[in-house]
Amino acid sequence: MPRTDPGLTVFDLLSSPLPESQKLLLKCLSGQDHLESLVQEPEVNRPGLALCGFFNHFGEHRVQIFGRGETAFLQQLAEKKQTSVLLDFFSRPIACCIFTHSLQPTEPFTFLAKSANVPILQTELTSNEFITRLLGFFSNVFAPRETIHGVLVEVHGIGMLILGNSGVGKSEAALELLDRGHRLVSDDLVELRLINGGRTVVGHLVNNLNQHHYIEIRGIGIINVEHLFGTRSCLQRKNVDLVIRLELDAEGKIYERTSYQNRTYELLGVRVPLLAIPVKPGRNIPVILESAALHFRGNQQAETLYDAVLTRLSVD
Amino acid sequence: MKQVDVTIPNRAGLHARPATKIVQITSAYPCETQLCYKGETANAKSIMGIIALGITYNETVTLITDGPGEEEAMEKLVQLFQQGFHDE
Repeated sequence: MPRTDPGLTVFDLLSSPLPESQKLLLKCLSGQDHLESLVQEPEVNRPGLALCGFFNHFGEHRVQIFGRGETAFLQQLAEKKQTSVLLDFFSRPIACCIFTHSLQPTEPFTFLAKSANVPILQTELTSNEFITRLLGFFSNVFAPRETIHGVLVEVHGIGMLILGNSGVGKSEAALELLDRGHRLVSDDLVELRLINGGRTVVGHLVNNLNQHHYIEIRGIGIINVEHLFGTRSCLQRKNVDLVIRLELDAEGKIYERTSYQNRTYELLGVRVPLLAIPVKPGRNIPVILESAALHFRGNQQAETLYDAVLTRLSVD
Repeated sequence: MKQVDVTIPNRAGLHARPATKIVQITSAYPCETQLCYKGETANAKSIMGIIALGITYNETVTLITDGPGEEEAMEKLVQLFQQGFHDE
């Protein structure tokens, strides 16, 4: 079941360990004891109209951005007018106010924000740059996500999610792929996140303990991939370009023979190309997976044999 | 499909040794088995999956078995949890 609400707080904006948060360059100017307020909507609002008294469709619950325009506007308002506008403003549920360009809020602003328990933050970035980075951060944090059982590897640059029943050989295939120079994202458990406006699925390493990469191999146990193969065989996340389903070769099951079938597998609502690969003693699964990756990469640009045949047949 | 809630009786939580015992039981049956904890679901036939859930002492997890052998698998699992994984 996809999860979406992570309970992001203003405190997380300031000091989440995610690199996207560090790039926001935020400091807290006031309201340090109310940083646990929740940021409920992954959107920003520039309160231009609200400062003029027009509150219809006001983006409440959002992070409010005060750039050069908004700050200059407030500064040129007479104190009484400023106070009355801001009283109305702060009577609404606001997550926090962020001043860009290292601008400072006016005194009435700071006073009223404190009374309303709304934190004021500041960044040296320009408004546009800050908003771009903040939306990138939100897109990551608020992304719908789901954790599934499978192995995610990167083969020849292609993100390959290997699915299949327990014991079919997913981890062992990944081990061989590592030996052949490819990279492991996560064995056994992959956290999928939907980003890019619902078009791209990214798989992440799941390891709540120490963020290291491990593979479980029946007969050996749990091996530390960084120790055995080095850090260049490991990857924290990768787009899921292709889904491979390893299946015990069953009688009567029809497998892909000419690559025109175009089957897909649905992950978080996105249809990702799917290949069902039969597993049987003597079949070299890792080589088949490598070929699948290269074939997939080739397909995205070049014409397949099938297309060439069609072209030839239609000319005649 | 069978679904049962159990608590973790051993102080060290669900670490490698208890996880191995769980997997030894679940792998023997063809049914699907899962462990659910705080909204995360892990395949109970995978050691890494169980350990990654990071379940500690006195926490409650939901066991799910679904498919041929689900009754017996669930019985053995519940028994294992109740006996505290024969730790120490």
